[in-house]
Amino acid sequence: MIEWVNTILQGVMLGGLYALFAMGLSLMFGVMRLTNVAHGDFIILTAFSAFAATASLGINLWIALLLLLPLAFVFGYGLQRGVLNGTLGDDPLPSLVVTFGLSIVIQNLLMEIFSADTRSISSMGMETKSVQLAEHLFVGVLPLIIFLIAVAVAAGMQWLFGKTAIGRAFRASSDDKEAAQLMGLDHRHIYALATAIAFVLIAIAGVLQGMRTTIAPSDGPGLLLYAFEAVIIGGMGSFWGTFSGGIILGVAQAIGFRIDPGWGILIGHFVFLAMLMVKPNGLFPKTK
Amino acid sequence: MLLGTQNLTAHYGDFQALFGIDFEVDAGEIIAIIGSNGAGKSTFLKALTGLIGAARGQVTFEGKGIGGWAPGKIVELGIAMVPEGRRLFKSLSVEENLLLGAYTKRPGPWNLEKIFELFPILREKRGVPSTSLSGGQQQMVAIGRALMANPKLLICDELSLGLAPIVVKDIYDALPKITAGGLTAIIVEQDVGLAQKVSNRLYCFQEGKVSLTGKSNEVTREQISLAYFGV
Repeated sequence: MIEWVNTILQGVMLGGLYALFAMGLSLMFGVMRLTNVAHGDFIILTAFSAFAATASLGINLWIALLLLLPLAFVFGYGLQRGVLNGTLGDDPLPSLVVTFGLSIVIQNLLMEIFSADTRSISSMGMETKSVQLAEHLFVGVLPLIIFLIAVAVAAGMQWLFGKTAIGRAFRASSDDKEAAQLMGLDHRHIYALATAIAFVLIAIAGVLQGMRTTIAPSDGPGLLLYAFEAVIIGGMGSFWGTFSGGIILGVAQAIGFRIDPGWGILIGHFVFLAMLMVKPNGLFPKTK
Repeated sequence: MLLGTQNLTAHYGDFQALFGIDFEVDAGEIIAIIGSNGAGKSTFLKALTGLIGAARGQVTFEGKGIGGWAPGKIVELGIAMVPEGRRLFKSLSVEENLLLGAYTKRPGPWNLEKIFELFPILREKRGVPSTSLSGGQQQMVAIGRALMANPKLLICDELSLGLAPIVVKDIYDALPKITAGGLTAIIVEQDVGLAQKVSNRLYCFQEGKVSLTGKSNEVTREQISLAYFGV
């Protein structure tokens, strides 16, 4: 019994990370209907950036993160303003092709610089610490921190979208771009801000992924898949929906791993497929 | 002259929608634009608000050429529009729709409180999704949202579209209160009688050209019929 409780608990912790992968993706898709195929590769890119900063340059991990977040914001803004805005339109194909191209470029760039070896960001001993929740029930400090960060990010994004002026601008641009322009919104700027925020989420997810496990230049597409699955399971209604999608995926994988170490990922995919058949709009669809 | 167009033309691809429109509105005036479907009224408004391109000098506002400016820049100058079909933001509440109207933060007399005084029902409904309102109430939100930009010129496209006559009357009854502070307005209206009643001057469009213009209380029904349908 306690083993299963433990399994589900580990799944919830893992799901927090998937939720972090997914929220950036759902933010960009929600605001401008842009599917960023390079989403997973950008996560890996930020993970390698943090790795290079800490391992090669010897910068403290927290300072590296502090530097990386504003950098990611500026990079995301510039990428949207300079490249991705030009791909948006009624036809989704140009943005898919361009981000797919970016995905290949990033993978090869990382391969060139870091080789195909797997790396990991040192979390300064945190990876081996754990806290005891009950008798025979332990949870790692690092997974717990990752989960709490995911909760905080989901709450923060929900607040940003629901309660602030920029959140109103995001929702309005998503509802009706032309009417939003008539209110004085410059959709190119609004879109760039959305991508900038998505890239901050990407950077957080990337650093945490690099701390939790190993990273390799070709990992990106796999992470993109998890992010997709979490978004679709959760639905586009709210960030809590996306968050719950991540948790469900994490728990499904953990249960799968418990049954048979070869099944974990597969059971996650099965849950996703079952969800597509039963509730194609996800658990918390966009209602209005 | 607050706003004018000089020989304004507009195209959708190869299709020409406007053929040299000369138009002017002075500060404080209420101008009605009438004309059948496809006469170019909505295209004309799109050119004024920057949603379709125009050459710089074809549209002037306070003596400045603004043709082809980005819509956001034009709102900042003080031209706000109530778009046809209301176009409320469906994932925003009534109050959020109104607040978004104030995005440019132009100073002026209008704020949430003033809008709620003008349309008291909106105060009651401020927290509900805009889609849950009746058509007339939605139109009030659309008007309020445009007023929140504190415009010098208010453009209203087909306020009566899809509304019951009694509701249309309510909406137009609010117009004098809106323009009391010297606000200039351009009103596109299908109901010719109503358009004549509420405006100082009117323009009739036909096939992308101005077919008639004059003081609203001086043009006759015959003139309008002729201008409306052609010969």
